[in-house]
Amino acid sequence: MIQLVWLIPLLPLIGAIINGVAGSRMGKKAVGLVACLSMAAAFLISVSIFFSLIALPEEARSIEVGVFNWITSGSFQIDISFLVDPLSTLMILVVTGVGFLIHVYSAGYMHHDKSYWRYFSYLNLFVFFMLMLVLGSNYLVMFLGWEGVGLCSYLLIGFWYEKKSASDAGKKAFVVNRIGDFGFILGLFLLFWTLSSHGIHSLSYKTVFASVHELDPKVVTAIAALLFVGAIGKSAQFPLYVWLPDAMEGPTPVSALIHAATMVTAGVYMVARNNALYSMAPEVGQVVASIGIFTALFAASIGLVQDDIKKVLAYSTVSQLGYMFAAVGLGAYVAGVFHLMTHAFFKGLLFLGSGSVIHAMSGEQDMKKMGGLHRHLKTTSITFTIGALAIAGIPPLSGFWSKDEILWEAFSKGHLVIWAVGLLTAFMTAFYMFRQVFLTFSGECRADEHTKHHIHESPAIMTVPLMILAFLAIVGGVVGIPFFEGGSKLHHFLSPVLSHGSHAAAAVEGAGEAVAEAHSSLEFILMGVSVGAGVLGIFLAGLMYFPPLKSFAPSFWTAENMAGTFSPLHKLLYNKYYVDEIYDAVIVNPIKRLCGWCLSFDLGVIDGIVNSAAWITRFISWVSHKFDIYVVDGLVNSMATLVNFNSSIWRRMQTGYLQNYAFIFVLGVLIVLVRVLLG
Amino acid sequence: MIPLSSLNISFASIMPEMLLTGLALLVLVLDLFIREEKSVLGYVSVIGLIALIPVSARTIEAKASFGGMVMADEFAAYFNVIFIIAAIFTILISMDYLKKMNVRRGEYYHIILFSTVGMMVMASANDLVTLYVGLELMAMSFYILVAYRIASARSVEGGLKYFVLGALSSGILLYGISFTYGASGSTNLSEIARQLGGFQNPFLILGIVLITVGFGFKVAAFPFHVWTPDVYEGAPTPVTALLSIGSKAASFAAFMRVFMVAFPAFHAQWGEILWMLSAATMIFGSVVAIAQKNIVRMLAYSSIAHAGIIMMGLLVYNDLGAGGVLYYLLVYAFMNMGAFAIVALFRNDRIGESISDYSGLASRRPVLSFLMALFLLSLAGIPPTGGFAAKFFVFSAAIDARYYWLAAIGVVTTAISLFFYAKVIFYMYMREPDGEAVMPESGVLYNVVLLVTAFGTVFLGIYPTPFIDMAIKAVKPLLM
Repeated sequence: MIQLVWLIPLLPLIGAIINGVAGSRMGKKAVGLVACLSMAAAFLISVSIFFSLIALPEEARSIEVGVFNWITSGSFQIDISFLVDPLSTLMILVVTGVGFLIHVYSAGYMHHDKSYWRYFSYLNLFVFFMLMLVLGSNYLVMFLGWEGVGLCSYLLIGFWYEKKSASDAGKKAFVVNRIGDFGFILGLFLLFWTLSSHGIHSLSYKTVFASVHELDPKVVTAIAALLFVGAIGKSAQFPLYVWLPDAMEGPTPVSALIHAATMVTAGVYMVARNNALYSMAPEVGQVVASIGIFTALFAASIGLVQDDIKKVLAYSTVSQLGYMFAAVGLGAYVAGVFHLMTHAFFKGLLFLGSGSVIHAMSGEQDMKKMGGLHRHLKTTSITFTIGALAIAGIPPLSGFWSKDEILWEAFSKGHLVIWAVGLLTAFMTAFYMFRQVFLTFSGECRADEHTKHHIHESPAIMTVPLMILAFLAIVGGVVGIPFFEGGSKLHHFLSPVLSHGSHAAAAVEGAGEAVAEAHSSLEFILMGVSVGAGVLGIFLAGLMYFPPLKSFAPSFWTAENMAGTFSPLHKLLYNKYYVDEIYDAVIVNPIKRLCGWCLSFDLGVIDGIVNSAAWITRFISWVSHKFDIYVVDGLVNSMATLVNFNSSIWRRMQTGYLQNYAFIFVLGVLIVLVRVLLG
Repeated sequence: MIPLSSLNISFASIMPEMLLTGLALLVLVLDLFIREEKSVLGYVSVIGLIALIPVSARTIEAKASFGGMVMADEFAAYFNVIFIIAAIFTILISMDYLKKMNVRRGEYYHIILFSTVGMMVMASANDLVTLYVGLELMAMSFYILVAYRIASARSVEGGLKYFVLGALSSGILLYGISFTYGASGSTNLSEIARQLGGFQNPFLILGIVLITVGFGFKVAAFPFHVWTPDVYEGAPTPVTALLSIGSKAASFAAFMRVFMVAFPAFHAQWGEILWMLSAATMIFGSVVAIAQKNIVRMLAYSSIAHAGIIMMGLLVYNDLGAGGVLYYLLVYAFMNMGAFAIVALFRNDRIGESISDYSGLASRRPVLSFLMALFLLSLAGIPPTGGFAAKFFVFSAAIDARYYWLAAIGVVTTAISLFFYAKVIFYMYMREPDGEAVMPESGVLYNVVLLVTAFGTVFLGIYPTPFIDMAIKAVKPLLM
């Protein structure tokens, strides 16, 4: 079964090709069916690969499946081959499983779109590249997928390209990602260059990880840092996160699949996959964790005051990705990947839920114009609230377990600052999520009459995926609960892949576990604290926005009052710390100005030089003209006669007269003969 | 008296030729019974040809058969597959084209098949006489095919010109063959090499020059190219496609086998001739193509320029260079066929001739324009297409063998060639549509041809390794 792993990316690719080539003539039903079936089949194969994998003994759970030899150049060889191990299996389960649900949902959500086939073709293509990214057994296949998902993300953000904001957002995402990818590819070059100076001409994970200990630790640090630059771009971390909020211009299921559940987590996957490198470069790990936790807090604080239902979720995604990076930066790879998985469930759910709301509200995204939707959208509101509870870290939902594991790892490894910031972020997360829930679903509807009239629950094709995801958001954390017999199942499953880094890291990990067992009472206390933060956030949000609770709130605790009291802070947050404006002022506009200068330099100086050169030339030519007329006239005349004669021969060559052709032919024979026999 | 067994009579070695002759005769007989729908004959031919591909690919014998006349080695098999592919595409685009041109005679398919038999004989001929017979079989078929639209003066004119000049070149080729026979006492290629040793005989050099001229005519090398623009323009477009692909590939096959098997000791002499011809052909073809306003004439000069590059590979005379020729011709079969298929679709008696007729095509026919752009970019050698891989392969072989100047000329003329290929793309994408020129719908057959050629063009560029390996393996026996 594992040998069939190549089918998993191939099926979505076939779906993309069918829909891309013939989709415009196939009819919507057939297009949706092709896309969803290819995903369903890929998911089923992934599931059976998962079961085949766990049937194997633990040490045999890493299988390379070659497909074909792509490039051979001297001793350098690149294979298209896949690596099936616990990490990649978990990733393909998430990608195909959540991907399948989102495809089904899309079939309903995009039903009225005229470019239905184009949408599904892109979406399938995206899944293909994503699977290449997580399944590849060497860096180049990963890079192929890495660039491919970037392309598809660009295409799907700008899907409604008639809208200027959408096409601009697509371009922005692409450009910002290029910055990150530049670092990423430099990292790959450096890695390859360093390896070949050690006589290793392969970029497969197996050889790289086996030989990484022989490399200079400084170089490894540089490689790890450069690769992380790529992750900053792709996973929207500070300072390159700016594209993700704008990416919400794309269709909502795209935001759910690409900009929440899968593509943006590629950076986390990449760091976890390269844990052998990162555990050799602890300084980089520190940087990763610091950037991650800073981004988590930074994005969460912006999320507190946003009014656009999707923007809140976008900043929340940036924030949660920060959590994951904090975890993998600290060497808690399992915790990071665990949060990646649960996040895929609940954030996918939240985005799809927001899509359902937007669908019902005839495209309205401003939460100030919503409210009271619970009465009309029962399923959506219940599932959305489940998602919000999960992300707020309320036990026993999945988000609680994964978030708490990250906080616990930070605490137990002695990074108290990270733990404290993480806790604060958890509180903020709970607050802004329930602000969103209350603004959207409770109270009175603030929409205009026309929109109100149209409010309706989405069809089953959209609500069933919501219910399934809600179920996963509730129980998805089971695999990572640490109290069961033998500890966390997920930990057990993933650790063969995620701890083949340095022995030192393994030792630290072991020590951490020992501490964890010794201090399980401490762990319970910390759990209590983080649950408390979440509950407090929800409660404070309720006091501010939930009508039945509002009356109990102290008089200063209203949204308007707080915004007024802390008006500079509110303005700062509302305007997202002016980061886009700062980038415009510091980077974008100077570049534009530079272009302007170059243009005027070109027009003024270069053209001036050219013009004066022309003037000088004219002067010289005037002089030489006189010289010509009186001195070399005879010579020139004879040359001109010669040139004329020549060109008439060339012109006459293609006369169309057969006899001339034969003449040229024979002449050619004679010339060649003379040349060879005499020369 | 030579014992019969030493002749090695092996019918298996000429199985593809025999089967294809049978198919051609079958089509001729069927033509008598099918009165109205002549395209049935086309379908029969295509199905037969497809079935022939595995047979040809597998007909490989290490030893020459029929007393050394035929050599069915991997080299011949590689070329046979190219010929069959070219013939299949040609027939597929011919069916619509003939209907459009109101030509309803069925022997067309028969003649195409026979020309393909001629090509196959050329590729596997191990004897100058066998070679000549194959060459004439192919050439005779083409004389008829070029003049097939008897109602069109240009077609008949092209046919007549091709015939007269072809006869002249055949005469010169035969003259060269007789000098060679006189110097060596044999027409068998391996035997010639053995008899000559390294003995420098001025009559032999004369023979080599004249044989070069004969092949130079067939591959359209400067200055023996004069027929090319007129004949390409006059012939029915699918025939032009086959002429530029099949006939050129077959002539290169024979060219290679003769020079590499019979005259390896004289590489210094023929190398010098080919150097000049190759450089002159590349420069002339790409420079004159710039001035063309008619798309078929432009493609004719483009095909001249490509002949120059392919000749460079032959000149390099090692496994990389000769393998490069084979790979180049394979890629060329796909990209040139694709371009000609689109031209054939567009072209009728009034429009589709001039490059300016392609104005604004991109807004009316986005897919076709995209494919045309793809084929043209491949012809110009832009990655990631097969054209790039092929040019890269040949140029790097030339540099490897220290032909720096020739490689430099190749690179420069390739850069020049981008200019005239891009002109068509420029017209398609940047110009406003011209009121009158409307491209007809492409039928299913066309779509199949365009898809397969486009796929081949891209695939050979992205994943060339196995095909290059095959090409290198195929030329190994010639280099012994």
